[in-house]
Amino acid sequence: MTETLAIIGAGQAGLSAAASARQEGFEGRIRLIGAEATPPYQRPPLSKAYLKGEFEIDRLHLKPAEFYESADIEMDLGRRIVAIDRDGKTLTDEAGAEIAYDRLIIATGAPPRRLSLPGADAEGVFYLRTLKDSDALRAILDVDGTIVVVGAGYIGLEVAAVARAAGRDVTVLEIADQPLKRVAGPAVSAFFANLHRDEGVDLRLGTGLEEIETTHARVSGVRLTDGSRLPCAAVLVGVGAAPDQGIAADAGLDCDNGVLVDETALTSDPAIWAAGDVANFPSPFYGRRLRLESVPNAIEQGKAAGTNAARAAAGRDPIVYDALPWFWSDQYDVKLQTAGARPPNETPGMAEVIRPGAAGRSFSVWTTLNGALQSVDAINDPAAFLVGKRLIAARGNIDLDALADPSQDLKSLL
Amino acid sequence: MAKITYIESNGAEHVVEAQAGVSVMEAAVRNMVPGIDADCGGACACATCHVYVDPDWLDKTGKRESMEESMLDFAYEPKDNSRLSCQITVTDALDGLVVRLPEQQG
Repeated sequence: MTETLAIIGAGQAGLSAAASARQEGFEGRIRLIGAEATPPYQRPPLSKAYLKGEFEIDRLHLKPAEFYESADIEMDLGRRIVAIDRDGKTLTDEAGAEIAYDRLIIATGAPPRRLSLPGADAEGVFYLRTLKDSDALRAILDVDGTIVVVGAGYIGLEVAAVARAAGRDVTVLEIADQPLKRVAGPAVSAFFANLHRDEGVDLRLGTGLEEIETTHARVSGVRLTDGSRLPCAAVLVGVGAAPDQGIAADAGLDCDNGVLVDETALTSDPAIWAAGDVANFPSPFYGRRLRLESVPNAIEQGKAAGTNAARAAAGRDPIVYDALPWFWSDQYDVKLQTAGARPPNETPGMAEVIRPGAAGRSFSVWTTLNGALQSVDAINDPAAFLVGKRLIAARGNIDLDALADPSQDLKSLL
Repeated sequence: MAKITYIESNGAEHVVEAQAGVSVMEAAVRNMVPGIDADCGGACACATCHVYVDPDWLDKTGKRESMEESMLDFAYEPKDNSRLSCQITVTDALDGLVVRLPEQQG
Protein backbone atom coordinates (compact mmCIF):
# COMPACT_ATOMS: atom_id res chain seq x y z
CA MET A 1 0.00 0.00 0.00
CA THR A 2 1.26 3.48 -0.86
CA GLU A 3 2.00 5.75 2.07
CA THR A 4 0.89 9.37 2.14
CA LEU A 5 3.04 12.14 3.57
CA ALA A 6 0.87 15.21 4.16
CA ILE A 7 2.43 18.59 4.79
CA ILE A 8 0.30 21.37 6.26
CA GLY A 9 1.67 24.70 5.12
CA ALA A 10 3.04 25.46 1.65
CA GLY A 11 5.60 28.07 2.63
CA GLN A 12 9.34 27.83 2.59
CA ALA A 13 9.50 25.11 5.29
CA GLY A 14 6.70 23.02 3.78
CA LEU A 15 8.25 23.14 0.32
CA SER A 16 11.68 22.30 1.69
CA ALA A 17 10.18 19.33 3.58
CA ALA A 18 8.37 18.06 0.48
CA ALA A 19 11.41 18.35 -1.77
CA SER A 20 13.69 16.75 0.82
CA ALA A 21 11.36 13.82 1.48
CA ARG A 22 11.32 13.02 -2.23
CA GLN A 23 15.06 13.49 -2.52
CA GLU A 24 15.56 11.11 0.40
CA GLY A 25 13.71 8.43 -1.54
CA PHE A 26 10.17 8.64 -0.17
CA GLU A 27 8.11 6.69 -2.68
CA GLY A 28 4.55 7.40 -1.54
CA ARG A 29 2.28 10.36 -2.18
CA ILE A 30 3.45 13.76 -1.01
CA ARG A 31 0.64 16.26 -0.53
CA LEU A 32 1.59 19.88 0.08
CA ILE A 33 -1.45 21.61 1.54
CA GLY A 34 -1.50 25.40 1.65
CA ALA A 35 -4.15 27.77 2.99
CA GLU A 36 -3.15 30.41 0.47
CA ALA A 37 -3.98 29.95 -3.20
CA THR A 38 -0.45 30.79 -4.37
CA PRO A 39 2.25 28.15 -4.88
CA PRO A 40 5.19 28.45 -2.45
CA TYR A 41 6.75 31.89 -2.65
CA GLN A 42 9.40 33.98 -0.94
CA ARG A 43 8.14 36.14 1.89
CA PRO A 44 11.18 38.34 2.62
CA PRO A 45 10.72 40.56 -0.48
CA LEU A 46 7.13 41.32 0.63
CA SER A 47 8.51 43.97 2.97
CA LYS A 48 11.42 44.91 0.69
CA ALA A 49 11.90 44.72 -3.10
CA TYR A 50 8.40 43.45 -3.95
CA LEU A 51 6.73 46.08 -1.78
CA LYS A 52 8.83 48.73 -3.54
CA GLY A 53 7.47 47.48 -6.84
CA GLU A 54 10.92 46.48 -8.02
CA PHE A 55 9.68 43.16 -9.26
CA GLU A 56 6.54 41.23 -9.99
CA ILE A 57 4.90 38.17 -8.55
CA ASP A 58 6.40 35.61 -10.93
CA ARG A 59 9.79 36.37 -9.41
CA LEU A 60 8.55 35.43 -5.95
CA HIS A 61 7.78 31.81 -6.78
CA LEU A 62 10.27 29.48 -5.15
CA LYS A 63 10.05 26.79 -7.82
CA PRO A 64 8.76 26.58 -11.38
CA ALA A 65 5.58 24.57 -11.98
CA GLU A 66 7.63 21.79 -13.65
CA PHE A 67 9.41 21.16 -10.38
CA TYR A 68 6.25 19.92 -8.67
CA GLU A 69 5.51 17.63 -11.61
CA SER A 70 8.98 16.20 -11.83
CA ALA A 71 9.23 15.63 -8.07
CA ASP A 72 5.65 14.32 -8.04
CA ILE A 73 4.52 16.65 -5.27
CA GLU A 74 0.75 17.13 -5.23
CA MET A 75 -0.23 20.72 -4.60
CA ASP A 76 -3.38 21.27 -2.62
CA LEU A 77 -3.69 25.05 -2.42
CA GLY A 78 -6.38 27.34 -1.08
CA ARG A 79 -7.24 24.70 1.49
CA ARG A 80 -7.12 25.45 5.19
CA ILE A 81 -6.76 22.51 7.57
CA VAL A 82 -8.80 22.98 10.74
CA ALA A 83 -8.30 19.68 12.56
CA ILE A 84 -5.89 16.78 12.94
CA ASP A 85 -7.29 13.42 14.05
CA ARG A 86 -4.19 11.58 15.23
CA ASP A 87 -5.95 8.28 15.98
CA GLY A 88 -7.67 8.11 12.61
CA LYS A 89 -4.70 9.80 10.86
CA THR A 90 -6.94 12.22 9.03
CA LEU A 91 -6.98 15.94 8.47
CA THR A 92 -10.16 17.95 8.09
CA ASP A 93 -10.36 21.11 6.01
CA GLU A 94 -12.63 24.13 6.40
CA ALA A 95 -15.29 22.62 4.14
CA GLY A 96 -15.35 19.42 6.22
CA ALA A 97 -13.52 17.29 3.64
CA GLU A 98 -11.00 14.78 4.97
CA ILE A 99 -7.47 13.91 3.91
CA ALA A 100 -5.86 10.69 5.10
CA TYR A 101 -2.18 10.66 6.02
CA ASP A 102 0.36 8.13 7.24
CA ARG A 103 2.97 10.72 8.18
CA LEU A 104 2.45 14.40 8.73
CA ILE A 105 4.60 17.52 8.79
CA ILE A 106 3.26 20.72 10.35
CA ALA A 107 4.71 23.85 8.76
CA THR A 108 1.98 26.38 9.42
CA GLY A 109 4.30 29.28 10.22
CA ALA A 110 3.74 32.25 12.48
CA PRO A 111 1.13 34.81 11.45
CA PRO A 112 1.27 38.36 12.82
CA ARG A 113 -0.10 39.10 16.26
CA ARG A 114 -3.33 41.05 15.88
CA LEU A 115 -4.16 44.22 17.74
CA SER A 116 -7.16 44.21 20.02
CA LEU A 117 -7.98 47.81 20.75
CA PRO A 118 -10.66 50.21 19.59
CA GLY A 119 -10.56 50.73 15.82
CA ALA A 120 -8.36 47.72 15.15
CA ASP A 121 -10.79 46.36 12.58
CA ALA A 122 -11.03 49.61 10.62
CA GLU A 123 -10.26 49.84 6.94
CA GLY A 124 -6.71 51.09 6.53
CA VAL A 125 -5.20 48.85 9.23
CA PHE A 126 -2.65 46.54 7.63
CA TYR A 127 -0.63 43.52 8.63
CA LEU A 128 2.12 42.00 6.57
CA ARG A 129 2.66 38.32 6.02
CA THR A 130 1.13 37.26 2.74
CA LEU A 131 1.33 38.32 -0.87
CA LYS A 132 -2.19 39.75 -0.54
CA ASP A 133 -1.09 41.79 2.47
CA SER A 134 1.86 43.18 0.55
CA ASP A 135 -0.30 44.03 -2.48
CA ALA A 136 -2.77 45.87 -0.26
CA LEU A 137 0.02 47.77 1.47
CA ARG A 138 1.68 48.64 -1.82
CA ALA A 139 -1.54 50.29 -2.98
CA ILE A 140 -1.54 52.73 -0.06
CA LEU A 141 2.06 53.80 -0.65
CA ASP A 142 0.71 56.08 -3.39
CA VAL A 143 -1.90 57.72 -1.17
CA ASP A 144 -1.31 61.00 0.68
CA GLY A 145 -1.20 61.15 4.45
CA THR A 146 0.97 59.79 7.22
CA ILE A 147 1.56 56.08 7.64
CA VAL A 148 1.77 55.01 11.26
CA VAL A 149 3.85 51.90 11.87
CA VAL A 150 3.14 50.13 15.14
CA GLY A 151 6.19 48.21 16.34
CA ALA A 152 9.86 48.84 15.54
CA GLY A 153 10.74 45.25 14.74
CA TYR A 154 12.09 44.09 11.39
CA ILE A 155 8.75 44.19 9.57
CA GLY A 156 7.88 47.64 10.90
CA LEU A 157 11.29 49.11 10.12
CA GLU A 158 11.52 47.56 6.65
CA VAL A 159 8.09 48.91 5.75
CA ALA A 160 9.04 52.30 7.20
CA ALA A 161 12.11 52.35 4.94
CA VAL A 162 10.08 51.49 1.84
CA ALA A 163 7.41 54.06 2.71
CA ARG A 164 10.03 56.78 3.21
CA ALA A 165 11.62 55.87 -0.12
CA ALA A 166 8.16 56.29 -1.65
CA GLY A 167 8.09 59.79 -0.19
CA ARG A 168 5.55 59.14 2.55
CA ASP A 169 5.52 60.66 6.03
CA VAL A 170 6.12 57.84 8.48
CA THR A 171 5.70 57.69 12.25
CA VAL A 172 6.96 54.57 14.00
CA LEU A 173 5.62 53.77 17.48
CA GLU A 174 7.55 51.44 19.73
CA ILE A 175 6.53 50.68 23.28
CA ALA A 176 10.08 49.63 24.27
CA ASP A 177 12.86 52.17 24.78
CA GLN A 178 14.68 51.08 21.62
CA PRO A 179 13.89 49.46 18.28
CA LEU A 180 14.57 45.74 17.65
CA LYS A 181 14.86 45.21 21.40
CA ARG A 182 13.75 41.57 21.27
CA VAL A 183 16.37 40.56 18.72
CA ALA A 184 19.32 42.95 18.82
CA GLY A 185 21.73 44.48 21.29
CA PRO A 186 21.95 48.17 22.20
CA ALA A 187 24.51 49.12 19.53
CA VAL A 188 22.46 47.70 16.65
CA SER A 189 19.24 49.15 18.10
CA ALA A 190 20.81 52.60 18.43
CA PHE A 191 22.17 52.40 14.88
CA PHE A 192 18.74 51.67 13.43
CA ALA A 193 17.07 54.34 15.56
CA ASN A 194 19.51 56.93 14.18
CA LEU A 195 19.26 55.60 10.65
CA HIS A 196 15.49 55.93 10.52
CA ARG A 197 15.53 59.39 12.13
CA ASP A 198 18.17 60.52 9.61
CA GLU A 199 15.90 59.28 6.86
CA GLY A 200 13.06 61.39 8.19
CA VAL A 201 11.06 58.84 10.19
CA ASP A 202 9.33 60.20 13.28
CA LEU A 203 10.41 57.41 15.64
CA ARG A 204 8.65 57.55 18.98
CA LEU A 205 10.13 55.21 21.55
CA GLY A 206 8.41 54.29 24.77
CA THR A 207 5.17 55.12 23.03
CA GLY A 208 2.33 52.75 22.27
CA LEU A 209 -1.00 52.86 20.56
CA GLU A 210 -4.11 53.46 22.62
CA GLU A 211 -6.79 53.71 19.98
CA ILE A 212 -7.25 53.86 16.23
CA GLU A 213 -9.63 56.66 15.37
CA THR A 214 -11.97 56.16 12.47
CA THR A 215 -14.24 58.10 10.18
CA HIS A 216 -16.89 55.96 8.46
CA ALA A 217 -15.05 52.82 9.61
CA ARG A 218 -11.83 54.04 7.97
CA VAL A 219 -8.64 54.97 9.79
CA SER A 220 -8.39 58.73 10.31
CA GLY A 221 -5.86 58.95 13.12
CA VAL A 222 -4.32 57.34 16.18
CA ARG A 223 -4.37 58.18 19.88
CA LEU A 224 -1.11 57.32 21.63
CA THR A 225 -0.30 56.16 25.13
CA ASP A 226 1.12 59.61 25.94
CA GLY A 227 -2.32 61.06 25.22
CA SER A 228 -1.36 62.76 21.97
CA ARG A 229 -3.26 62.30 18.72
CA LEU A 230 -1.96 62.03 15.22
CA PRO A 231 -3.97 62.13 11.99
CA CYS A 232 -2.96 59.38 9.56
CA ALA A 233 -4.08 57.59 6.43
CA ALA A 234 -3.02 54.07 7.33
CA VAL A 235 -1.68 51.93 10.15
CA LEU A 236 0.76 49.06 9.61
CA VAL A 237 0.92 46.70 12.55
CA GLY A 238 4.19 44.85 13.11
CA VAL A 239 4.07 43.73 16.71
CA GLY A 240 5.55 40.29 16.28
CA ALA A 241 4.24 36.93 15.19
CA ALA A 242 2.72 34.01 17.06
CA PRO A 243 3.18 30.37 16.04
CA ASP A 244 0.14 28.94 14.26
CA GLN A 245 -0.11 25.96 16.61
CA GLY A 246 -3.88 25.81 17.20
CA ILE A 247 -4.59 22.60 15.28
CA ALA A 248 -1.55 20.92 16.81
CA ALA A 249 -2.53 21.88 20.36
CA ASP A 250 -6.14 20.84 19.75
CA ALA A 251 -4.87 17.45 18.62
CA GLY A 252 -3.01 17.06 21.90
CA LEU A 253 0.52 17.59 20.59
CA ASP A 254 2.88 19.17 23.11
CA CYS A 255 3.07 22.92 22.45
CA ASP A 256 4.74 25.79 24.27
CA ASN A 257 5.52 28.86 22.21
CA GLY A 258 5.30 26.67 19.12
CA VAL A 259 4.92 22.97 18.45
CA LEU A 260 7.54 21.25 20.57
CA VAL A 261 9.87 19.03 18.59
CA ASP A 262 13.06 17.16 19.38
CA GLU A 263 16.39 17.66 17.63
CA THR A 264 15.14 15.56 14.71
CA ALA A 265 12.07 17.82 14.21
CA LEU A 266 9.78 15.08 15.57
CA THR A 267 6.78 16.14 17.69
CA SER A 268 5.36 14.20 20.65
CA ASP A 269 3.60 11.99 18.06
CA PRO A 270 6.00 9.57 16.27
CA ALA A 271 4.20 10.11 12.95
CA ILE A 272 4.26 13.92 13.05
CA TRP A 273 7.12 16.37 12.51
CA ALA A 274 7.10 20.17 12.60
CA ALA A 275 9.41 22.72 10.98
CA GLY A 276 9.92 26.41 10.39
CA ASP A 277 8.46 29.35 12.31
CA VAL A 278 5.93 27.14 14.10
CA ALA A 279 8.47 24.70 15.56
CA ASN A 280 10.09 25.14 18.95
CA PHE A 281 13.25 23.04 18.93
CA PRO A 282 16.19 22.23 21.19
CA SER A 283 19.35 23.64 19.66
CA PRO A 284 22.23 21.24 20.34
CA PHE A 285 24.60 24.11 19.67
CA TYR A 286 23.06 26.62 22.07
CA GLY A 287 21.84 24.15 24.66
CA ARG A 288 18.47 25.85 24.85
CA ARG A 289 15.18 25.82 22.99
CA LEU A 290 14.75 28.20 20.08
CA ARG A 291 11.87 29.17 17.85
CA LEU A 292 13.15 31.11 14.88
CA GLU A 293 11.27 33.20 12.35
CA SER A 294 13.63 33.14 9.41
CA VAL A 295 14.06 31.71 5.94
CA PRO A 296 17.29 29.78 6.60
CA ASN A 297 15.68 28.03 9.56
CA ALA A 298 12.60 27.21 7.49
CA ILE A 299 14.74 25.74 4.72
CA GLU A 300 17.08 23.71 6.92
CA GLN A 301 14.57 22.50 9.48
CA GLY A 302 12.13 21.71 6.67
CA LYS A 303 14.89 19.64 5.14
CA ALA A 304 15.36 17.74 8.42
CA ALA A 305 11.62 17.11 8.83
CA GLY A 306 11.19 15.91 5.24
CA THR A 307 14.31 13.78 5.32
CA ASN A 308 13.31 12.22 8.64
CA ALA A 309 9.74 11.48 7.53
CA ALA A 310 11.23 9.64 4.52
CA ARG A 311 13.76 7.85 6.73
CA ALA A 312 11.09 6.79 9.20
CA ALA A 313 9.06 5.34 6.32
CA ALA A 314 12.13 3.34 5.29
CA GLY A 315 12.98 2.30 8.86
CA ARG A 316 16.18 4.33 8.93
CA ASP A 317 17.69 6.52 11.65
CA PRO A 318 16.89 10.25 11.59
CA ILE A 319 19.27 13.14 11.01
CA VAL A 320 19.74 15.86 13.63
CA TYR A 321 18.88 19.48 12.90
CA ASP A 322 21.81 21.58 14.09
CA ALA A 323 22.19 24.31 11.46
CA LEU A 324 23.53 27.62 12.66
CA PRO A 325 20.80 30.27 12.62
CA TRP A 326 21.28 33.29 10.40
CA PHE A 327 19.20 36.20 9.27
CA TRP A 328 19.27 39.36 7.17
CA SER A 329 17.39 42.63 6.81
CA ASP A 330 17.55 45.39 4.19
CA GLN A 331 16.63 48.95 5.14
CA TYR A 332 17.47 51.91 2.86
CA ASP A 333 21.03 51.17 1.68
CA VAL A 334 21.88 49.27 4.85
CA LYS A 335 22.21 45.51 5.05
CA LEU A 336 22.12 43.77 8.41
CA GLN A 337 23.32 40.17 8.52
CA THR A 338 23.16 38.19 11.72
CA ALA A 339 24.96 34.90 12.33
CA GLY A 340 23.98 32.76 15.30
CA ALA A 341 21.44 33.45 18.02
CA ARG A 342 22.16 36.29 20.41
CA PRO A 343 21.57 35.41 24.07
CA PRO A 344 18.70 37.38 25.60
CA ASN A 345 19.88 40.79 26.89
CA GLU A 346 21.45 40.67 30.35
CA THR A 347 22.19 36.94 30.31
CA PRO A 348 24.90 36.36 32.97
CA GLY A 349 28.31 35.64 31.43
CA MET A 350 27.54 37.58 28.28
CA ALA A 351 30.07 40.00 26.79
CA GLU A 352 30.30 41.85 23.53
CA VAL A 353 32.59 43.95 21.45
CA ILE A 354 31.98 46.35 18.61
CA ARG A 355 34.35 46.14 15.67
CA PRO A 356 34.46 49.00 13.16
CA GLY A 357 34.06 47.91 9.54
CA ALA A 358 36.19 48.83 6.55
CA ALA A 359 33.75 51.29 5.00
CA GLY A 360 31.83 54.16 6.54
CA ARG A 361 28.61 53.20 8.31
CA SER A 362 29.75 49.63 8.76
CA PHE A 363 30.44 47.74 11.97
CA SER A 364 29.83 44.43 13.65
CA VAL A 365 28.83 43.36 17.14
CA TRP A 366 30.35 40.12 18.45
CA THR A 367 28.66 38.50 21.41
CA THR A 368 30.17 35.82 23.64
CA LEU A 369 28.78 33.77 26.49
CA ASN A 370 31.43 32.65 28.97
CA GLY A 371 34.03 33.28 26.30
CA ALA A 372 32.37 31.28 23.50
CA LEU A 373 31.21 33.21 20.44
CA GLN A 374 27.40 33.15 20.19
CA SER A 375 26.42 35.65 17.51
CA VAL A 376 27.59 38.36 15.16
CA ASP A 377 25.45 41.26 13.97
CA ALA A 378 27.06 42.79 10.90
CA ILE A 379 25.98 46.15 9.50
CA ASN A 380 27.14 46.61 5.89
CA ASP A 381 29.96 44.23 6.75
CA PRO A 382 29.53 40.86 5.02
CA ALA A 383 33.09 39.84 5.85
CA ALA A 384 32.33 40.05 9.58
CA PHE A 385 29.13 38.07 9.01
CA LEU A 386 30.85 35.28 7.10
CA VAL A 387 33.88 35.06 9.39
CA GLY A 388 31.56 35.13 12.40
CA LYS A 389 29.45 32.34 10.96
CA ARG A 390 32.50 30.12 10.59
CA LEU A 391 33.91 30.96 13.99
CA ILE A 392 30.60 30.26 15.73
CA ALA A 393 30.30 26.95 13.91
CA ALA A 394 33.84 26.06 15.00
CA ARG A 395 32.67 26.47 18.60
CA GLY A 396 35.89 28.08 19.70
CA ASN A 397 36.53 30.77 22.27
CA ILE A 398 37.45 34.12 20.89
CA ASP A 399 39.72 36.97 21.93
CA LEU A 400 37.41 39.97 22.06
CA ASP A 401 40.30 42.42 22.51
CA ALA A 402 41.93 41.29 19.29
CA LEU A 403 38.59 41.56 17.52
CA ALA A 404 38.02 45.12 18.63
CA ASP A 405 41.29 46.15 16.98
CA PRO A 406 40.40 47.13 13.40
CA SER A 407 44.02 46.71 12.27
CA GLN A 408 43.75 43.00 13.01
CA ASP A 409 42.79 41.17 9.79
CA LEU A 410 39.51 39.30 10.23
CA LYS A 411 40.80 36.40 8.18
CA SER A 412 43.62 35.85 10.64
CA LEU A 413 40.99 34.85 13.19
CA LEU A 414 39.94 31.86 11.11
CA MET B 1 15.97 36.35 -24.26
CA ALA B 2 19.47 35.06 -23.74
CA LYS B 3 20.83 31.54 -23.93
CA ILE B 4 22.86 30.74 -20.81
CA THR B 5 24.93 27.61 -20.27
CA TYR B 6 25.52 26.46 -16.70
CA ILE B 7 28.24 23.82 -16.30
CA GLU B 8 28.26 21.82 -13.07
CA SER B 9 31.58 20.91 -11.45
CA ASN B 10 31.13 17.35 -12.78
CA GLY B 11 30.88 18.69 -16.33
CA ALA B 12 27.10 18.36 -16.74
CA GLU B 13 25.76 21.18 -18.91
CA HIS B 14 22.40 22.91 -18.62
CA VAL B 15 21.36 25.25 -21.39
CA VAL B 16 18.62 27.67 -20.43
CA GLU B 17 16.63 30.34 -22.27
CA ALA B 18 16.65 33.24 -19.82
CA GLN B 19 14.33 36.19 -19.91
CA ALA B 20 15.93 39.64 -19.88
CA GLY B 21 15.52 41.43 -16.54
CA VAL B 22 15.83 38.45 -14.21
CA SER B 23 19.12 37.50 -12.60
CA VAL B 24 21.39 34.69 -13.74
CA MET B 25 20.55 33.03 -10.38
CA GLU B 26 16.80 33.27 -11.01
CA ALA B 27 17.16 31.87 -14.52
CA ALA B 28 18.92 28.85 -12.99
CA VAL B 29 16.32 28.31 -10.27
CA ARG B 30 13.42 28.65 -12.71
CA ASN B 31 14.98 26.01 -14.91
CA MET B 32 15.92 23.68 -12.08
CA VAL B 33 19.66 23.90 -12.61
CA PRO B 34 21.18 22.05 -9.66
CA GLY B 35 24.01 23.56 -7.63
CA ILE B 36 22.64 27.06 -7.14
CA ASP B 37 20.95 27.17 -3.75
CA ALA B 38 20.17 30.89 -3.48
CA ASP B 39 18.81 30.55 0.05
CA CYS B 40 18.23 34.29 0.44
CA GLY B 41 16.37 34.55 -2.86
CA GLY B 42 18.72 37.08 -4.42
CA ALA B 43 19.30 39.59 -1.61
CA CYS B 44 23.11 39.28 -1.78
CA ALA B 45 22.97 37.97 1.78
CA CYS B 46 24.00 34.31 1.69
CA ALA B 47 26.67 33.66 -0.98
CA THR B 48 25.05 30.39 -2.10
CA CYS B 49 24.67 31.30 -5.79
CA HIS B 50 28.38 31.52 -6.53
CA VAL B 51 29.44 30.95 -10.18
CA TYR B 52 32.60 31.33 -12.25
CA VAL B 53 31.98 33.47 -15.31
CA ASP B 54 33.65 32.21 -18.47
CA PRO B 55 36.57 34.63 -19.06
CA ASP B 56 35.21 35.62 -22.48
CA TRP B 57 32.14 37.07 -20.77
CA LEU B 58 33.70 38.99 -17.91
CA ASP B 59 33.42 42.36 -19.65
CA LYS B 60 29.76 41.94 -20.44
CA THR B 61 28.68 40.70 -17.01
CA GLY B 62 29.94 43.85 -15.34
CA LYS B 63 31.79 44.54 -12.13
CA ARG B 64 31.33 43.23 -8.61
CA GLU B 65 30.00 45.73 -6.09
CA SER B 66 31.79 45.98 -2.76
CA MET B 67 29.16 43.99 -0.85
CA GLU B 68 29.36 41.16 -3.39
CA GLU B 69 33.15 41.35 -3.39
CA SER B 70 33.30 40.77 0.37
CA MET B 71 30.79 37.94 0.22
CA LEU B 72 32.82 36.21 -2.51
CA ASP B 73 36.00 36.62 -0.53
CA PHE B 74 34.62 34.01 1.87
CA ALA B 75 32.84 31.78 -0.64
CA TYR B 76 34.05 28.27 -1.42
CA GLU B 77 37.16 28.55 -3.64
CA PRO B 78 36.77 32.08 -4.96
CA LYS B 79 38.62 33.02 -8.16
CA ASP B 80 39.13 36.20 -10.15
CA ASN B 81 36.08 35.35 -12.26
CA SER B 82 33.82 34.55 -9.30
CA ARG B 83 30.41 36.25 -9.16
CA LEU B 84 27.24 35.91 -7.17
CA SER B 85 24.78 35.02 -9.91
CA CYS B 86 21.98 36.94 -8.17
CA GLN B 87 23.91 40.11 -8.92
CA ILE B 88 24.14 39.59 -12.70
CA THR B 89 21.06 40.78 -14.57
CA VAL B 90 20.24 38.98 -17.80
CA THR B 91 20.22 41.19 -20.90
CA ASP B 92 20.08 40.32 -24.59
CA ALA B 93 23.80 41.14 -24.68
CA LEU B 94 24.42 38.08 -22.50
CA ASP B 95 23.09 35.69 -25.15
CA GLY B 96 25.57 32.80 -25.16
CA LEU B 97 26.87 33.37 -21.60
CA VAL B 98 28.70 30.44 -20.02
CA VAL B 99 29.07 30.08 -16.25
CA ARG B 100 30.60 27.24 -14.26
CA LEU B 101 29.46 26.12 -10.81
CA PRO B 102 31.78 25.46 -7.87
CA GLU B 103 31.90 22.04 -6.23
CA GLN B 104 29.83 23.39 -3.37
CA GLN B 105 28.14 26.54 -2.18
CA GLY B 106 28.89 28.29 1.07
